[in-house]
Amino acid sequence: MLVIENLHAEVEGEPILRGLNLEVGTGEVHAIMGPNGSGKSTLSYILSGKEDYDITQGSITYKGDNLFDMSIDERAAAGIFLAFQYPIEIPGVAAMTFLKTALNAQRITRGEDELTTPAFMKLVKEKTAALNIRPEMLRRSINVGFSGGEKKRFEILQMALLEPSLCILDETDSGLDIDALQLVAEGVNRLRSPERSMIVITHYQRLLNHIIPDRVHVLSAGKVVRSGGKELAMELEKNGYAEYEDQKINAA
Amino acid sequence: MVAVKETVEQVKEIEVDQYKYGFVTDIEMDMAPKGLNEEIIGFISAKKNEPEWMLEWRLDAYRRWLTMTEPNWAKVGYPPIDFQDLYYYAAPKSDKEGPKSLDEVDPELLRTYEKLGIPLQEQAVLAGVQGARIAVDAIFDSVSVVTTFKEELAKEGVIFCPLSEALQDHPDLVRKYLGTVVPISDNYYSALNTAVFSEGSFVYIPPGVRCPMELSTYFRINEAQTGQFERTLIIADKGSYVSYLEGCTAPMRDENQLHAAVVELIALEDAEIKYSTVQNWYPGDAEGKGGIYNFVTKRGDCRGKNSKISWTQVETGSAITWKYPSCILRGDNSIGEFYSIAISNGMQQIDSGTKMIHLGKNTKSRIISKGISAGKSSNTYRGLVSAHRKASNTRNFTQCDSLLIGDKCSAHTIPYIEAKNSSAVFEHEATTSKISDDQLFYCLQRGIGEEEAVALIVNGFCKEVLQQLPMEFAVEAQKLVGISLEGSVG
Repeated sequence: MLVIENLHAEVEGEPILRGLNLEVGTGEVHAIMGPNGSGKSTLSYILSGKEDYDITQGSITYKGDNLFDMSIDERAAAGIFLAFQYPIEIPGVAAMTFLKTALNAQRITRGEDELTTPAFMKLVKEKTAALNIRPEMLRRSINVGFSGGEKKRFEILQMALLEPSLCILDETDSGLDIDALQLVAEGVNRLRSPERSMIVITHYQRLLNHIIPDRVHVLSAGKVVRSGGKELAMELEKNGYAEYEDQKINAA
Repeated sequence: MVAVKETVEQVKEIEVDQYKYGFVTDIEMDMAPKGLNEEIIGFISAKKNEPEWMLEWRLDAYRRWLTMTEPNWAKVGYPPIDFQDLYYYAAPKSDKEGPKSLDEVDPELLRTYEKLGIPLQEQAVLAGVQGARIAVDAIFDSVSVVTTFKEELAKEGVIFCPLSEALQDHPDLVRKYLGTVVPISDNYYSALNTAVFSEGSFVYIPPGVRCPMELSTYFRINEAQTGQFERTLIIADKGSYVSYLEGCTAPMRDENQLHAAVVELIALEDAEIKYSTVQNWYPGDAEGKGGIYNFVTKRGDCRGKNSKISWTQVETGSAITWKYPSCILRGDNSIGEFYSIAISNGMQQIDSGTKMIHLGKNTKSRIISKGISAGKSSNTYRGLVSAHRKASNTRNFTQCDSLLIGDKCSAHTIPYIEAKNSSAVFEHEATTSKISDDQLFYCLQRGIGEEEAVALIVNGFCKEVLQQLPMEFAVEAQKLVGISLEGSVG
C-alpha cells in the first residue's frame, strides 16, 4: 500500500524529517508514537499533500505510484484520508452539503457517476446512526460550534462515507473523554478491513487499547527509531519517551 | 502560505474573459445620432410619443445636469467620459411599433434571450424549478422587447409594463409618482438619466393585492458605444406585496459602456416591496480593458406607516460599480433592509453600499454586506445610517464582512453614522478575513477541487444574503458566485 524510503523534509530550512522509513501493507494498522515535535503530524501532512513542506530527499510510493506526482485532491480521490487533529471550521457551509460535495467530487475524479440525492441521503443515514450523530448536526456549519467529540465523530463519519484505502488518524484521541473515545474507536474499528490500511498517530497509548495496531513505530527526531508489535505501546506507556528524547538531542 | 502564493501567481495570468454572456446579437438597429443635446432629448421623447410635460421634465433635468459635475468621492478611478461620444438611443428596427405578443417578436431577439437563459415563453419554467412562473420584461438596449404574463397580472389589477407604455396607458399614475423619490437634481447620473432615459419597467400593485408571481426585468446592452439609461418605477399601494428581480448582462467589448439607471420604489401604508438584483454586466478583461460603468441610483421610499422595503443585491459584473440602494424610512414603524454580496475580481472596482434614512418613529433598518475581493480588484462598502431629530426609537443593525482572496486586492469599509435623536440604537459590526489555507486544505483533502472549494467557502460566507433571494434565483446566484471567482486561485 505505502512505502516511504529515506524521507527528508523541512519547513523554512528547518529539518523535520531526517531519513524516515516506513512500509504499510494492505489491511494493516500501524501506530506511530513519539514525543512532541518528533515529526508525527508532519508525516500526516506530507502524505496528504499539504504544501508547507520541502521534500529534500527520499520517496513515497502509494499503490505503486509516486505520491509526489499527485495533487492533494487527486490523493484524496485515490483513497488517502486524513482525520485532522484540529478539524477546520467553515462558516456557512452545512456539513451535509460538504459531505455530498466531497463524495461526488471524488467520484467524478475517479470517473464514476455522481450519487443521486436519495441515494446519498440513505448512505448518510446508515453511517450517522452507527456514530450516534444526530441529523441536526449535519445541518450546522462545518465544525462551527461542534464540541470536541462532535468534531472527531464528524471526521470519522467522513471517513466512513468516503471509504478510503489509507486512513491517517492524527491524534484522534486528543480532546476526547473516555466515552467519546470509545465511540470514535468503535467507528474506526468498523472500518478495518483487509483492503484498508491505517496509520494511527498518537502520543498516548490509551487509544491503542481500543484500536489494536498490527505494528507500532516510535518516531524521534524525524525518523523511526524503533518498531515492534502492540506490546511496544505498553512499554512506552510505562517508561515514557525519555530514552528517545536523548536520541533527539544527539541527533540535533 | 503556499496556497496564497499560488493564488498570486494565478492572479498574474487571470482571465476574466470567461464571461459567458459576452456574445453580440447581429440585428439591425434604429439609432439616434451620437451625442447629447436638447435635440436628442426631443428625439427620444418623440420616439416614445411622450406627453409635453415629460419632455419639459427631461429638458429641465438636462439643463441642470449641464451645471453639475461628476461626483469624485467614490473610491474608483477611470478616465473622463466623453458624453458626446455615446449613442443615447438604440432600438431593434423590427420593433418599430412595439411588439404586441410573443409571436410578433423578432426571432433573433428570442434566440438571444434563450441563449441568456431568460424564460420568455409563458409556459417556460426556470431549469429545475417546477411550476415557478415569473413574469419578465425584457429590455434590449433602449426598448422593451416583450413583457410576459401581462394579461394574467391584469386580472389582479397588477400593472407590469414598460414605462413608455405606462406613460400612454396610465399617465396619471406615472406623473403622480415619477421623480418623487429621486428628484431631478439628486445627483449627476440621476439627472443625466432623467434627461435621456429611454425605457424601464413600471409596476403598480393595487391596494391589498399580493402579486401572484415574481416580476422581473432583464436588461441587455447589445449595441456598441451605447449607454443604457433605464428608469424603473415600482409602486406598492396600501397593504400590497411584490417581489421583483432584475438581471443584467452585456457583450464583451473593448470600450467601456455606460449604464446609468434610476430605480424608484414607493411603499404605501402596510405595503412591502422586495427588490432583488443579480448584476452580471461584462466586467472587462484581465487588463481592465472594456466593461460596463454601472453608475446607478436606487432608492426606496417607505412612505406609509408599517411599510417595508428590502433590497437584495448580488453584484458580480461591471468594470466599475457605483451604487447605493437606499431606504427613506418616512412612515412610522417602517422597515428598511439591505442585503448585499459584492464580488470583485480582475481589475474590477466596486464602491457600493446603502443609505438608511430614519425619519419616522420606531423605524428599523438592517444592513448585511458581504464583500469578496480577488485579483487586483478594489471593493468598498460605503453606507450611511442616519436618524432625524424627530425620529424616536429608531434601530439599525449593520454588519459588513469582507473576504480577501490573494494579496493584490483590497477591501474598504466606510460607514457614516448620524444620530440626531438620542433614543436611536445603531449597531455596527465589521470583519475582514482571508480564505485560510487551512480551509482550502481541508476541502482539497476531501477530494474537492480548488475552484469548487473556493466557491463552497465563499458561498458559505455569503449564506445570510443568498437566503434572502427568491428561491428560483438563489441557485443561479450560487453558481454565479462560483463562476465570478474562477481563476482567482490555482
